[in-house]
Amino acid sequence: MQTHQAKRVEITIEAVMESRLTDALKKAGVTGYTVLPVLGGSGRSGAWSRAGQVSRASGMVQVVCIIKPERLDRLLEGAFAVVDRHIGVVTVTDCDVLRAERF
Amino acid sequence: MDQLFSLAADNLISPIILSFALGVAASLARSDLSIPEAVAKGLSIYLLFAIGFKGGVSVAAHGIDATLGLALLAGIVLSAALPLVAFALLRLMTNISRLDAAAVAAHYGSISIVTFVAATSILESRGVDSEGYMVAVAAAMEAPAILSALWLVAKGGGEGTKGMDSALMREIMLNGSIVLLVGSFFIGWATGEEGLAEISSFIVSPFKGVLCLFLLDMGLVAGRGLRQGGGILRPGVLAFGVLMPLIGSVFGLAFAMALGLSAGGVALMMVLSASASYIAVPAAMRVALPEANPSLYLTLSLGVTFPFNLTLGIPLYVAVAQIVTGG
Repeated sequence: MQTHQAKRVEITIEAVMESRLTDALKKAGVTGYTVLPVLGGSGRSGAWSRAGQVSRASGMVQVVCIIKPERLDRLLEGAFAVVDRHIGVVTVTDCDVLRAERF
Repeated sequence: MDQLFSLAADNLISPIILSFALGVAASLARSDLSIPEAVAKGLSIYLLFAIGFKGGVSVAAHGIDATLGLALLAGIVLSAALPLVAFALLRLMTNISRLDAAAVAAHYGSISIVTFVAATSILESRGVDSEGYMVAVAAAMEAPAILSALWLVAKGGGEGTKGMDSALMREIMLNGSIVLLVGSFFIGWATGEEGLAEISSFIVSPFKGVLCLFLLDMGLVAGRGLRQGGGILRPGVLAFGVLMPLIGSVFGLAFAMALGLSAGGVALMMVLSASASYIAVPAAMRVALPEANPSLYLTLSLGVTFPFNLTLGIPLYVAVAQIVTGG
């Protein structure tokens, strides 16, 4: 099966920043992404959990997008402008996709 | 004084308070008891809808007067002014940074709707009437405190106003709690007693039971916050968490007396001024002031001031309101 190289970008960020991040991704030309709920975790700001939370203040989400390697820099520049001052993690990994025209 | 002790004792052994205590105890004991996020949100939606609807029905039954507008204005002024008092007190009593002090101050100008709901429930159980439009006053008090806090940060040379954009403004003014509270208030107002009769089996009878479950959840979250962030509560910060609601309640009392509200109305204005937000303001602070320490303001608001108001504050405010109004 023919596969094509791509970049998988995972951005774990505060739930309150989700729409700002996805808006920035769209501005950077990213047409597809997936938002995943994050149940809890621990980091420099201490442990946290979504259990029983009503406020969005202490929740996190993960935004995942897969793009062509040549579009990575523009995406990261747009995303960094949003996540710069906030709690979160940005990772970039190599991946292979089956249908290159979709990314 | 006897009245105050009696009210406090009745309050402490009520199902509402004991449910909250159970949540705190379970959390501190590291029990795996938890209420899923979606269920907690569902319970809060129910409570907001019910309290807003009942407030609207009360206004429909008793009519409106000029006091409504003045009470709304008083609420906005209190919400904008209390952060300034809280900020000055924090700078005096603690050594936390200016940024953290402003973020904490925003919480104490805004309101805790659950504290308001619990106070309403206690007033109802004691047969003390209150103005139905206090629900609208609660909604009006959510946002101005945030603007005051950002102004405090900007005044100190921080990035307070930089964090404020039109999207955040929209989120603050149209956050789900405000929309639901105000929306259900108008539905209750428009449909009146007939509307209430149609859905009373849903929003009246189960109300206290749902409130108990929600407070159980609040206890679990507060206990978890205390377990994880309790170390941040230095004596000065802890004292602020108890002193500030008392100071806020005095401001609320003064405004309510000037407006000539009923005993219940005075008590609710005191509760609103004494309570600290834990839903709308923390979310706004995460967007506008991300460098401020969330453990500090969440632990203070939910782990100190909320339990204080729930157990001792509300009985105190109700007793004072009844004494000063003769109600």
